[in-house]
Amino acid sequence: MNSIWTIARKELSDSLRNRWLMAISLVFATLALGIAWFGAAASGQVGYASTPATIASLASLGIFLIPLIALLLAYDAIVGEEEGGTLLLLMTYPLSRSQLLLGKFLGHGLTLALATLIGFGVAGVAIALLVEDVAITNLAVAMFRFIASTVLLGWGFIALAYVVSVRVSEKPIAAGLALAIWFFFVLIFDLMLLGTLVASEGKFNAELLPWLLMLNPTDIYRLLNIVAFGDTGQLSGVLSLGADLPIGAAGLWIGLVLWFAIPLAAALLLFRNRRI
Amino acid sequence: MSCFRLENVSYRYDKSLVLHGIDLRLEPGEILGLFGHNGAGKTTSIKLILGLMQPTQGTVSVLGGQAGDPQVTQYIGYLPENVMFYPQLTGREILSHFARLKGASLRQVPALLEQVGLGDAMDARTKTYSKGMRQRLGLAQALLGKPKLLMLDEPTVGLDPVATADLYRLLRDLRDEGTGIVLCSHVLPGVEPYIDRAAILTEGSLKAAGDLAALRRQANMPVTLSLDPAHSISALEKVIDSAATSSGLMIKTDNGRLRVDVQPREKMALLQTVMASGEVADVSIHQPSLEDIYVHFIGSGGLAHRGGSQ
Repeated sequence: MNSIWTIARKELSDSLRNRWLMAISLVFATLALGIAWFGAAASGQVGYASTPATIASLASLGIFLIPLIALLLAYDAIVGEEEGGTLLLLMTYPLSRSQLLLGKFLGHGLTLALATLIGFGVAGVAIALLVEDVAITNLAVAMFRFIASTVLLGWGFIALAYVVSVRVSEKPIAAGLALAIWFFFVLIFDLMLLGTLVASEGKFNAELLPWLLMLNPTDIYRLLNIVAFGDTGQLSGVLSLGADLPIGAAGLWIGLVLWFAIPLAAALLLFRNRRI
Repeated sequence: MSCFRLENVSYRYDKSLVLHGIDLRLEPGEILGLFGHNGAGKTTSIKLILGLMQPTQGTVSVLGGQAGDPQVTQYIGYLPENVMFYPQLTGREILSHFARLKGASLRQVPALLEQVGLGDAMDARTKTYSKGMRQRLGLAQALLGKPKLLMLDEPTVGLDPVATADLYRLLRDLRDEGTGIVLCSHVLPGVEPYIDRAAILTEGSLKAAGDLAALRRQANMPVTLSLDPAHSISALEKVIDSAATSSGLMIKTDNGRLRVDVQPREKMALLQTVMASGEVADVSIHQPSLEDIYVHFIGSGGLAHRGGSQ
């Protein structure tokens, strides 16, 4: 446990030193405040629209940004150490490969969690203070849900980045594959699902179809933040399939947890079998 | 308890046999030189002892335990060839990080940095370090937590002559305190005075192992006597000719001295004859050096390989 924390501690202090933590927090805070302020612009006025609409907009932007940041943060976790020449040295210390990877995960995960908490937390407090007659409890619950699911989504993509990082032997390849992962889950997946829907002309098993959304963590994340308000009318595009998903919010949370637990387990397994 | 013991160890990488049938051990308080050209299996042997890889066949035991066991690696210091560090961290931060990982006291950190001569540079980022400074930091890292087994791969690369001498003095002190040390180097004349035993690897098998005297006996290479004639060089030549019973004896003359290559077992007999004749004013004896022995065991093919490194 001590060595896991030693590795995590170095990652955390690295992200403080290179100002990643600060930069991500700033981006999140700016984004959240911007959306809160200009959320009602579509209806012709500047001001706070409503908590559900703000959260839905944030979640829609979040699915682009959070996976990207998580992948950037973590893609060189192992391959970077190898190229830097420190992996071999680390492995001669009383430190197992699993401990190294878990330490990295703890460090990167905490960095992302802190940035999310600071960035969106500050925005949440600002909204609560500055917007008149906003339902505070309502906002607090929604913000908490949003922050928690954002952290889980980020962890999922950190774990996916590790799967790449323990497999490849060059940093540029890892970066390319990380971008491909982002491209697939954020852009391609929904298009493919939509294409399947259209092409099958309704002949596809209607029971099975909504479950396909569970194959994409970004879809689970969006569902979680929109469905929670009980307003399925906000669901657009393929997400409307989610209204038929018979698992409720708890199931979606479990889905997000599995989406970081399984890739992390896979990365640990692959790393253990890697030749150094 | 041996520092390490390799018994009939073979290692296969894909289809090719990298090591076969290696028997090698190191006792506490001993410096072992591990030699061989690039690709001979030195690094693989070290990785097996470090527990980074498992042998395909045979057993590796390290400090009375199993290679790679955290209880064991805690007592191993290792300096890899071309050691690299996190460029954005300072020497002190890096050494503290590694000390925490090894469970060594953080109070050791400044003392070790002073000891390797990085006292003034410990708070500078390592990206500003020269090759020699990185090497020193690597050394400090290997010395964390009082290792019982120290493995150094090309430790003197980038070090100036004074630092090199300091390093060897330090290694000698550690040896005297009971640390077992493995030295891999291509600078054979440099390490020759400091090693207790040498092991020579070629193409994955152990060609020879033992102390220098034993290796010389095994190699059976001629000893060179350099003789100063007392009266005339021809008289001295006559004495040697009459004494020489074996073939393969070579006599060369250069600037008034006589150089005689003699088989080790005939050396004393020849010396006695020459001394008795009164024709010699001065004698010096050149034993084959570690480099000569190395070339003898590696063969001329090995010599060509050696040119590429160091």
